[in-house]
Amino acid sequence: MPRGEAAIGRVMAQMAMVMNLDKCIGCHTCSVTCKQAWTNRTGVEYVWFNNVETRPGQGYPRRYEDQDTWRGGWELNKRGRLALKAGGRFKKLITIFSNPVLPSIDDYYEPWTYDYETLTNAPLQEHTPVARPKSLISGKDMKIAWSANWDDSLGGSSDHGDKDVLLNQVSEKIKLEFEQTFMFYLPRICEHCLNPSCAASCPSGAIYKRAEDGIVLVDQDRCRGWRMCVTGCPYKKVYFNHRTGKAEKCTFCFPRVEVGLPTVCSETCVGRLRYIGLVLYDADRVLEAASTPDETGLYEAQRKVFLDPYDPEVVAAAERADIPRDWIEAAQRSPIHALINTYKVALPLHPEYRTLPMVWYIPPLSPVVDAVRDTGQDAEDHRNLFAAVDALRIPVDYLAQLFTAGDPVPVDAVLHRLAAMRAYMRDINLGREPNDTIPRTVGMTGEQLYDMYRLLALAKYDERYVIPPAHAEQAHELEELATECALDYEGGPGMGGSGPFGETSGGAAPIAVENYRALRDRQTSDTPATPTDKATRVNLLNWDGKGRPPGLFPPGEDEEKGAGS
Amino acid sequence: MTTLLAADETGTGAILLWVVLPYVVLAVFVLGHVWRYRYDKFGWTTRSSQLYERRLLRIGSPLFHFGILVVLLGHIGGLLIPESWTEAAGISEDAYHVSAVVLGTIAGIATVGGLAILIYRRRTVGPVFSATTRNDKAMYVSLTVTIGLGLAATVAANIVGGGYNYRETISPWFRSIFYFQPDPDLMSESPVLFQLHAISALLLFAFWPFTRLVHMLTAPLGYLTRPYIVYRSRDTRLGARPPRRGWERTGV
Repeated sequence: MPRGEAAIGRVMAQMAMVMNLDKCIGCHTCSVTCKQAWTNRTGVEYVWFNNVETRPGQGYPRRYEDQDTWRGGWELNKRGRLALKAGGRFKKLITIFSNPVLPSIDDYYEPWTYDYETLTNAPLQEHTPVARPKSLISGKDMKIAWSANWDDSLGGSSDHGDKDVLLNQVSEKIKLEFEQTFMFYLPRICEHCLNPSCAASCPSGAIYKRAEDGIVLVDQDRCRGWRMCVTGCPYKKVYFNHRTGKAEKCTFCFPRVEVGLPTVCSETCVGRLRYIGLVLYDADRVLEAASTPDETGLYEAQRKVFLDPYDPEVVAAAERADIPRDWIEAAQRSPIHALINTYKVALPLHPEYRTLPMVWYIPPLSPVVDAVRDTGQDAEDHRNLFAAVDALRIPVDYLAQLFTAGDPVPVDAVLHRLAAMRAYMRDINLGREPNDTIPRTVGMTGEQLYDMYRLLALAKYDERYVIPPAHAEQAHELEELATECALDYEGGPGMGGSGPFGETSGGAAPIAVENYRALRDRQTSDTPATPTDKATRVNLLNWDGKGRPPGLFPPGEDEEKGAGS
Repeated sequence: MTTLLAADETGTGAILLWVVLPYVVLAVFVLGHVWRYRYDKFGWTTRSSQLYERRLLRIGSPLFHFGILVVLLGHIGGLLIPESWTEAAGISEDAYHVSAVVLGTIAGIATVGGLAILIYRRRTVGPVFSATTRNDKAMYVSLTVTIGLGLAATVAANIVGGGYNYRETISPWFRSIFYFQPDPDLMSESPVLFQLHAISALLLFAFWPFTRLVHMLTAPLGYLTRPYIVYRSRDTRLGARPPRRGWERTGV
């Protein structure tokens, strides 16, 4: 482990995630469950805290990676000092009245619902009535032209692929020939960066990094809607709620994580590809790492910020920093630490933004494996796979643009390790003598490869998620532990939808109750923009198929007369 | 006692307008903000509509905001700084007047132009209009009337009368409110357009704490000095729910 060059500074714990892209089948379950849990409210209809992109593709919002346009993240200024790409404090305040590089709703997409009511109450007519799409922004009829994953699974085709920002950067001459096409899915959430540029961009100081677990949150009571965070985030994972006028972002499901549960997106992941755990890092080295002169050095620099939780000096420093004992133990068992630093198969997403992101990815080997299989070769043989990794420059260069600022060497190394694991485990699974030269070629031991296989392939629940709960002595006040009455807050159960100063003014509702209420409200109202006839509408998307919620069918003649049976 | 006696001389109307109303407005303005900050921090926002439309906003909003900031500075200079001070500094009334008119004209045109663009945008851009509440509409009317009357008063005074020295009547009256020695007579003498401007401004200030205009009071000047990355401990306030009485954390 790299350490000992400098004394250990301020030790902090960071809740982090790794996603194994080989396992992502692009089912969008994470996106949908996240949306149901967090952004099924008015004002954030267009918002996906978790979204799954097809790569190559434009992403969401469209072409968000084009930082020449969107000016997100950090850059080194002429003196080699770290500076916000969109401009420093003074420029932020001068442009506060109209943010020059804020994505508009069209860069995301115009959210819509369907006019389902027509289906049930249209008069008898020659043509079947249709549910027309209604804009959730203007309330008018609209033509659906784009959405968060409109180019889903179309990534490799020339219609969509050439709009990909990274492909343009890889090489001018790459043509997306049919036989060269490849695609994979990239689920994205907020990166909960060690050096968050959204927080640095916030004029009000409303975005903060939690000292205990490093989760980046927006204080809804301090946010004043200056919109600079949306520009500041290079991943475009801070969103503006256009009804409440406040910024919102992925919360790493902190009410769940605080009690030891994985995030909603992880819990519901069909492919079981997400890993959650703690990483200990040296907060005093963050700035230095983010200021690494060479962009391709940022991956290594960030790895050096992390501390080895088994090192007794680190443990002692962590204890001095008031990190509880069970958190240190959790950091030792952390799958994140293993994947990033022990097996070195996880890579950060776009380290060149210099935010030191904390959601890392295991790059997909599948384009390579598929290519080998298509040639009729044995796709599990390590020699074939290694040769293919080296030969298939397009996927490797592309992955390097995503994960290592364009340096193919670390990506090659990761893909070799993954290929070695496949080849090594095949011998074991077929009852043959394991070939110990395979782990040696990638600088690992057979035991390490086996452990890596266990973590990646078997992926047991309690090994994927090592989440130490927040402390019992604080439990009374944690969000999800309802030791108090869930409705026991200001405004109480009778809380109305609108405060006196427009929609959702007044105190913020507790998250647990808010979601429950929001779901119930949406079950009974889905009029575009402003609900007018809540009592008679039902949202089919939220109907679980049981029973007959009021408003699903128009009132029958009997009911109208009040006769009944 | 003096105010009661003055009532006989100046008339109840003047007392109500230039003594009672300012103090009521002052109280509503201050207490209203305190109340709003205490109970509606979540509603305290600019409610920006840039997400819906940015082309018109990009011209209109900076034009209006920078214009109104200069207008605000001009008002502070004109109302708070006594004429005797500027004279002592060697600035004659003429010089002051000319510079005020030049600067005021530029700022006034910017403000009104920006406001016109913003109102046009608010009415014609569908999503922006549908996000406009009744509160917003009332605020826009109040703001526009105040700015319009202020501009009308200045223009009328300068074109018709060759300038009105408000620093001998309106400004001392304004300051007298804060000394708690209100002198309504000063205000009663001033031209009617200035009086109307003052009344509409007072009404706007009374309405202020209950509109989106509150964002002005939290202009993020602290951004210039705070560290870029804010760390906050979970311990100080967990979740969105304030602790129940008797269950607050003790200091750690």
